[in-house]
Amino acid sequence: MTNLFEYAPAPESRSIVDVAPSYGLFVDGEFVDGSGTPFKTVNPATEEVLSEVASATDADVDRAVRAARRAFTRVWGPMRPADRGKYLFRIARLLQERAREFAVLESLDNGKPIRESRDVDVPLAAAHFFYHAGWADKLDWAGLGPGPRPLGVAGQVIPWNFPLLMLAWKVAPALATGNTVVLKPAETTPLTALLFAEVCRQADLPPGVVNIVTGAGDTGRAVVEHEDVDKVAFTGSTEVGRSIARAVAGTRKRLTLELGGKAANIVFDDAPIDQAVEGIVQGVFSNQGHVCCAGSRLLVQESVHDEVIASLQRRIGTLRLGHPLDKNTDIGAINSAEQLARIRELSEVGEAEGANRWQPACELPERGFWFPPTVFTDVSPAHRIARDEVFGPVLSVLTFRTPDEAVAKANNTTYGLSAGIWTEKGSRILAVADRLRAGVVWANTFNQFDPTSPFGGYKQSGYGREGGRHGLAAYLEGAQ
Amino acid sequence: MSDRLAVRKTYKLYVNGAFPRSESGRTYEVTDARGGFLANAAQASRKDARDAVVAARTAFGKWSGATAYNRGQVLYRVAEVMEGRHAQFCEEVAAGEGLSASRARAAVDAAVDRWVWYAGWTDKLGAVLGGANPVAGPYFDFSLPEPTGVVAVLAPQRSSLLGLVSVLAPVLAGGNTAVVVTSRTRPLPAVTLGEVLATSDVPGGVVNLLTGDAGEIGPWLAEHDDVDAIDLTGAPADRAMELERLAAGSIKRVVRPPAEEPDWSADPGLSRLTPFLETKTVWHPMGL
Repeated sequence: MTNLFEYAPAPESRSIVDVAPSYGLFVDGEFVDGSGTPFKTVNPATEEVLSEVASATDADVDRAVRAARRAFTRVWGPMRPADRGKYLFRIARLLQERAREFAVLESLDNGKPIRESRDVDVPLAAAHFFYHAGWADKLDWAGLGPGPRPLGVAGQVIPWNFPLLMLAWKVAPALATGNTVVLKPAETTPLTALLFAEVCRQADLPPGVVNIVTGAGDTGRAVVEHEDVDKVAFTGSTEVGRSIARAVAGTRKRLTLELGGKAANIVFDDAPIDQAVEGIVQGVFSNQGHVCCAGSRLLVQESVHDEVIASLQRRIGTLRLGHPLDKNTDIGAINSAEQLARIRELSEVGEAEGANRWQPACELPERGFWFPPTVFTDVSPAHRIARDEVFGPVLSVLTFRTPDEAVAKANNTTYGLSAGIWTEKGSRILAVADRLRAGVVWANTFNQFDPTSPFGGYKQSGYGREGGRHGLAAYLEGAQ
Repeated sequence: MSDRLAVRKTYKLYVNGAFPRSESGRTYEVTDARGGFLANAAQASRKDARDAVVAARTAFGKWSGATAYNRGQVLYRVAEVMEGRHAQFCEEVAAGEGLSASRARAAVDAAVDRWVWYAGWTDKLGAVLGGANPVAGPYFDFSLPEPTGVVAVLAPQRSSLLGLVSVLAPVLAGGNTAVVVTSRTRPLPAVTLGEVLATSDVPGGVVNLLTGDAGEIGPWLAEHDDVDAIDLTGAPADRAMELERLAAGSIKRVVRPPAEEPDWSADPGLSRLTPFLETKTVWHPMGL
């Protein structure tokens, strides 16, 4: 019998992308060989090898930093700010023109559903360039103090969860403020950064302004520790962030860190339950939960707990897990075998510590890295799944009785990146938002992003902001 | 001159609104610029520093939750009460720093005026540093500055009052609470400032002043998990890197020490406020 709600496959064609069998580093406007052992990047949905990518050694990174320094001193620094802005406008337009290509490539390399790469990652990346383009010749009016000047060469290390978008968050403000960059994409997701290099060429961006060095942790370390880097920007785990902060200690380098999170998503008893459930699902299962600001701790008021959980389970049952390029897919592949192992391990710990695991009936593809959407109930604040960042489609449910208890539990974490509030009462939204120690608070919504809106953490979720007027400060000398 | 024998003051720590001696029982001799005896100051210990952090954390909720207007009035009150002790501060600064009477007076004047400057900032930071963000969607989205939390301050070693006020007042103006290690060799104006703070409606625990050695206490504060930020201005030059590395353990915000102690009479701008402020962004949908 045909189920009324069965979907026919609706795959996006991958013919729009042309993945080369191998890629070099992008240094001084040219693709060059790396001196390290090349590594393979795979499609996490199929384990198919997509391409072989160059690995940058210390010497390669040094060449990239020199190129960036030259470009800063001779071309990009002295350039009329309005012209810098025009280059960024060009890049924004090129990203829009080639949006579908970027979206398909991102889903292939990362495993995220095409619906998200097409509707979120790529349009937002273009928007970040468009937004920052306009700042290039208006920095004197940014309210960051008199005569803001670029820092020089920015070394930037980005994660695998939003490869192109994180590139945009890093590169756009750096260039708009007159800096040049050496960017290291994540080892498992280098391809859209390399396609971005092609966009830089199409934009006629002067050589050396953007350099892309691929590789693993050692390459990142070389970027961070290079003596001629003036500014380090990192997005990734708190553990690596800590080691970077130690590495730049005692130097003149400026540092911004966007690290882990364990966001509380607080549902009060007067919340519109259906909307809240949509927000909970969006908050923790979008991008397979590979989101630093994911709403991974659901704090639900005791009186509506059963209703919320029942509704949540019903909704999760309708999520479609599978082929990332299928336009109907809600949950794609876990980015790597390593990440899958971590999610499995923490889930097992969750059960072992006494929480109840629930997963919908869900068939996982045979090849590739997959984990079904998972809800843990009866979670105590001491459980590791309530404290550690899982970075996967795993929700931990805790309860509270009073607003004070909700705030206390929400703040009971070493992180402070984001939080959510669901209630119909406006005064409660403002009071709770005021007391939450988190950099971004979404009320009656979740996981919204915009280039005009500053993003970044409190506490051990890092420091500095990305986006908005505030994000410019990280790349300007003397900014206050 | 009166032949009356003066009543001397015992210089103690200022922690949680009270004036305890160091739990360690240690003191050290403080001399004037020519080496003459001034007092025995309490030499704060690791335990004193930890007690101070607990006090600062406990005081944070009330101080950060006070209205900006209220915080401004309290900081202005500090200036008022300090003004009344002007002569005493001049005497202590002149003795400790070896300044002429007129230069000591200028330093004290500037210190009082600095409180006034920051008192006036409390209720303007939100407008100057925050605002509405024009996002591309049906949402109202705004950003506001909020205090970072508990800030450890290694105060300048040379400028014992103006330097101290210049690093402390901005921490308070933003709504943070502070644990301060004062100048080691010139700690006396700091203790007198504690007496001013204690009588200016600054709630106990908001400011904690530890006299002693930043080289000894600094590392404990730098690695303390309940300290959110550290100002290394008065750190020994050869220890700054170590302190910054320790601070990385809990991702503290760090203000690095300047190459040499700056001229504290210069206009500080926002440079000492923003390092201890976080930006919070709140989103809400718009719809009928």
